[in-house]
Parts: sequence; C-alpha cells; structure tokens
Amino acid sequence: MKFAVIVFPGSNCDEDMYHAVSGVLGEEAEMVWFKEAELEAYDGVLLPGGFSYGDYLRSGAIASVSKVIDQVKTFIASGKPVLGVCNGFQVLLEMEELPGAMLRNRDLTFMCHEESLDIRNNRTMFTSQYGTGETISLPIAHGEGNYYCDKETLETLKANDQIVFTYRNNPNGSTADIAGITNEQGNVLGMMPHPERAVEELLGNEDGVRLFESIVKNWRETHAVGN
Amino acid sequence: MCKVNIYITLKEAVLDPQGKAISQSLKDLDYDGVNDVRVGKYMQVELENRENAEQKIEEMCRRLLANPVIEDYTYTIEEVV
Repeated sequence: MKFAVIVFPGSNCDEDMYHAVSGVLGEEAEMVWFKEAELEAYDGVLLPGGFSYGDYLRSGAIASVSKVIDQVKTFIASGKPVLGVCNGFQVLLEMEELPGAMLRNRDLTFMCHEESLDIRNNRTMFTSQYGTGETISLPIAHGEGNYYCDKETLETLKANDQIVFTYRNNPNGSTADIAGITNEQGNVLGMMPHPERAVEELLGNEDGVRLFESIVKNWRETHAVGN
Repeated sequence: MCKVNIYITLKEAVLDPQGKAISQSLKDLDYDGVNDVRVGKYMQVELENRENAEQKIEEMCRRLLANPVIEDYTYTIEEVV
C-alpha cells in the first residue's frame, strides 16, 4: 500500500506519520510537499499534526484552502482512506469534509499527555483491528482540541455511527467526549490523539499500531484480486 | 479604494473559555456588574475598489475569514478617497 504524508509549512508530526507506516509497518510511503502533491498514484493520504501556517486565523484554516485541497477532495470522493491527526483533523473540519469545528481547550491550556480512549466503532477501515468496546491509551498534544458541533449534527454522528473514539476523562471540553469521528462514507477519519506517536515499545506505547494495520489490512482485502 | 472593518464573533451557543477567564479577571479587579465577556476578532481589509465589495467580503468571510460552524460576522465598508 502506498501512502502520501502531506507536509504543510508548520507540520511537525509528518516524520512520525511517515515512520508509522513506512518504518513500523514496512509499507510504501512518501512525504509530499503540499505544493507539489499529485495524489492520484497513492492508496492512502495522511494529514499530519503540527501547526500548519502557524495556526494563523484558526487552526487548519489556511491549509484547508491551499491548492492541494482540491486533490484531497477528489481523493476522498474516490473512496480511498484519508487520516487526519490533530492539525490534520482540524484541516479536515475546516475543509468541511468532517462536520463540526475546534475550539480552544476548556481550560485554555496546551495539553500534552496520554489519555484513555474508548473505541466506539471498530467496524471502520481505521479501527477493525481493535476490539468492540476496547479501551486504549494514546498521547494527546493540542491547545485547540475542544470539539464542537450543534445538537443536530451530534444526533447525525450518533445515528450514523461516525463517533469512533471518545475520551474516558474528557480533557478539553469536547462535545460528547468526542476524540475522533469519520465522515458518513467512512473513508475519512479525523482524531485529536496521536496514534503515530504510539507505534513501538521504544515509545512506551503500541496502542496506535493497530490503527495503521487496520488501514493496510482493509486495503489488502479490497485489492486482493489476483493475489 | 475602500476599507472594510470585519468583526468576527463566536456564536451565542458556543462557550468562550477565554471570555470567561477575562470576565473573572475583571471581577478580581473589583469591577462589579460585568455580566459576560466574549472575545472575537477584528480585521481590516483594504479593497482596491468599492465595486461589488459586499459580495466579495461575504464570500471571503464564508470561505476563509470566519468559520460558520462556530462564528458569526458583520462588517462595515468605508470609502477612502
């Protein structure tokens, strides 16, 4: 499987994302500068964490209208998997590929620690390797991770099973403890916690590996013809 | 040329933790009767000409300057000679 990690000015988890799929899983991956991206040849797109454009205006806002975004939209429409972590999630919200918006953390502080997460939906292409109702631990690192959506949107998210991760001990004030959601089609996942920072024993936590394994396994299964 | 003043505010339904902290701080300074503080953004945009300014600004606000999920915007246009 071939991944593109899109690098924006100010991305800082791009190397980690690359390492997760390339170094740990041994899949093909490339770091792609946002201005030079040609996404057609890739099977998966990873939008990394960081502070694209210095978080100016709103987190992810300026990246969400950059030239590469039309290609990301086409990629999403084709049904291929797109994962946005942290700033990547914020970009997907600003692109309106995922519903809702991010507000500053309830306590106004930047938070950097591990959080317990409940897997609320393990029937997605991103979470199939986790157990039903399993609790995992992943690092968070954000100042604007307070997920907001109106009641109507929340009902839709629930009805469509789009809520994938929730916080056990809501650290930032997110609506309905939401830590990660998919789009309605299920091929776009946005999440604030960092699975790419929890992919090997050396990092003290391996709970994030199965997320990347899920993507690869599901891709293999749908592309198994002739194998 | 014209100058556009854009005011972006959080929607009423959206909590504003920053405004809350400021409100508390004003109370600590013994300002009684401060019911609430809401923090927003103010932007000045200079346009080359007045023609279709409303339409342009509306579009800019919707596409980039404000996030309609959480924010409202208003603006005033001043013609500069």
